[in-house]
Amino acid sequence: MEKSAMSKRIDINDLNIFYGAFHAVKDVSMAIEPKTVTAFIGPSGCGKSTFLRTLNRMHEVIPGARVEGEVSIDGRNLYGRGVDPVDVRREVGMVFQRPNPFPTMSIKENVLAGVRLNSKRLSTSAADELAERSLRGANLWNEVKDRLDKPGSSLSGGQQQRLCIARAIAVRPQVLLMDEPCSALDPISTLAIEDLINELKSDYTVVIVTHNMQQAARVSDRTGFFNLEATGQPGQLVEFDDTQRIFNNPAQQATEDYISGRFG
Amino acid sequence: MSETLTRTPRRSGPARRVGDVIFSGTSRASALLILVILAGVAIFLTVEALPVFASESEEITGGQGFVSYVWPLVAGTVVASIIAMVVATPIAVGIALFVSHYASRRVGQTIGFVIDLLAAVPSVVFGMWGMQVFAPKLVPVFGWLEENLGFLPFFADGSATGRTLLTAALVLAVMILPIITSVSREVFVQTPRLHEEAALALGATKWEMIRTAVIPFGTPGVIGGTMLGLGRALGETMAVAIILSPGPFTWNLIGTGNKTIPAEIALNFPEAAGLRLSELIAAGLVLFALTLAVNLIARWIVDRRSEFSGAN
Repeated sequence: MEKSAMSKRIDINDLNIFYGAFHAVKDVSMAIEPKTVTAFIGPSGCGKSTFLRTLNRMHEVIPGARVEGEVSIDGRNLYGRGVDPVDVRREVGMVFQRPNPFPTMSIKENVLAGVRLNSKRLSTSAADELAERSLRGANLWNEVKDRLDKPGSSLSGGQQQRLCIARAIAVRPQVLLMDEPCSALDPISTLAIEDLINELKSDYTVVIVTHNMQQAARVSDRTGFFNLEATGQPGQLVEFDDTQRIFNNPAQQATEDYISGRFG
Repeated sequence: MSETLTRTPRRSGPARRVGDVIFSGTSRASALLILVILAGVAIFLTVEALPVFASESEEITGGQGFVSYVWPLVAGTVVASIIAMVVATPIAVGIALFVSHYASRRVGQTIGFVIDLLAAVPSVVFGMWGMQVFAPKLVPVFGWLEENLGFLPFFADGSATGRTLLTAALVLAVMILPIITSVSREVFVQTPRLHEEAALALGATKWEMIRTAVIPFGTPGVIGGTMLGLGRALGETMAVAIILSPGPFTWNLIGTGNKTIPAEIALNFPEAAGLRLSELIAAGLVLFALTLAVNLIARWIVDRRSEFSGAN
């Protein structure tokens, strides 16, 4: 039951993303190490969220979206023949921009939603234990332990987002993707999530998209800077390096311009 | 914008504009009107029905008082409507889910259009079709039911004409299908994309996504649509009056017998006078109360879960 190494290495090779005829992201190659936090920064529309979604095939929700290239998790190509996106998403969890707990479920049922999907029968005690462990993992247990049967939507925005993280980690994914997880939150809730990301990386490989460059600098080990040459052109990965280097001594002029606030 | 602001009157209290006053006045009047109409109906029914409650039980049709006159009618109405609802709701939810989540845009629109057409068929037409076409076709089915499930009181003795309560109920099911479908479809398409994506990102298949995100979100709406359909089935007059060959109440759904309140009123009203007229109006009052109760219960069911509703 317990996976010994839950975090996995992700290799991306020459990935191109299209929406119908529109070329959204061009020629991305990178390697994401296990148990690290990787941040993607860049101006709006540069394709960083789109790219993040290809790491668990969530981009396929949009009709006409397709990719060329390869994304492998520990050597297994997510886009190989016969790979079911449903299986991919069970291994690569995702947290969205706006907190989205299921409104018709209680806090506890929200946490267990993914596990119940995977159609494992849970005994009451196992369910209680899993809910507690996941909520502790998301630093939310102490705030909600007395009202586990209340609706998830009764929580504050920041608590809801941590509930969504608890829900994502309850299915024990190998990788956790976060798409601007703090953009709808106040600074204090943001801080709580950032602390949590720091703790999560001891167990998971975390990939986060953020608009907030300070946030990228605070939470990530590695940072990728995405940009587009002009509107209508595909986005591309301009630079990918240690976060320290990206923010102190970037190799590319465009990166330096962006992080010093000259555009974007 | 700032120009308009500086032009508001400098009187104390909130500024009133003519358009606002007119609009709030008319909408308030409309709201009042509905209460007045409802009260008017209730008062009419009660006043006209009063002689029934003041008279001796021998004077009532059947000779055993109003309650024994009306309960078979109530039972027939309720049984037919519930069968119609139970048959129509799953089909309607299925169609609605197909249109909202499986069909391509064009196919979905076509099906939606056909469903709306079904709603436009007059109930007389359903009645004639039910009697002339559907009822004879059901006779062998009733025979089969009698043979194989005859030990149940519902399927004791099959009718030779097929003009039974079950036939009427099935036609009612077809008639209430459009309203339940369109209300359900309306709520299903409103499921927030965020919730659908949340389910998919947890590794839900399409059906699991619908089960976790779409159906719970739409349940209050589906209940609402079902109750609208039930209301229509309870009150449906013409189709039932044509299809059903009336008789005393029986649990045997496939045999001769049973009546419903609206059909009873329609069939007897033209010749009724005096106390008989009051009887029929009293039966109408009972139907009115029944429909009101159904709606209140539906509202209660929806409200009970409002804490967990989709509003967030």
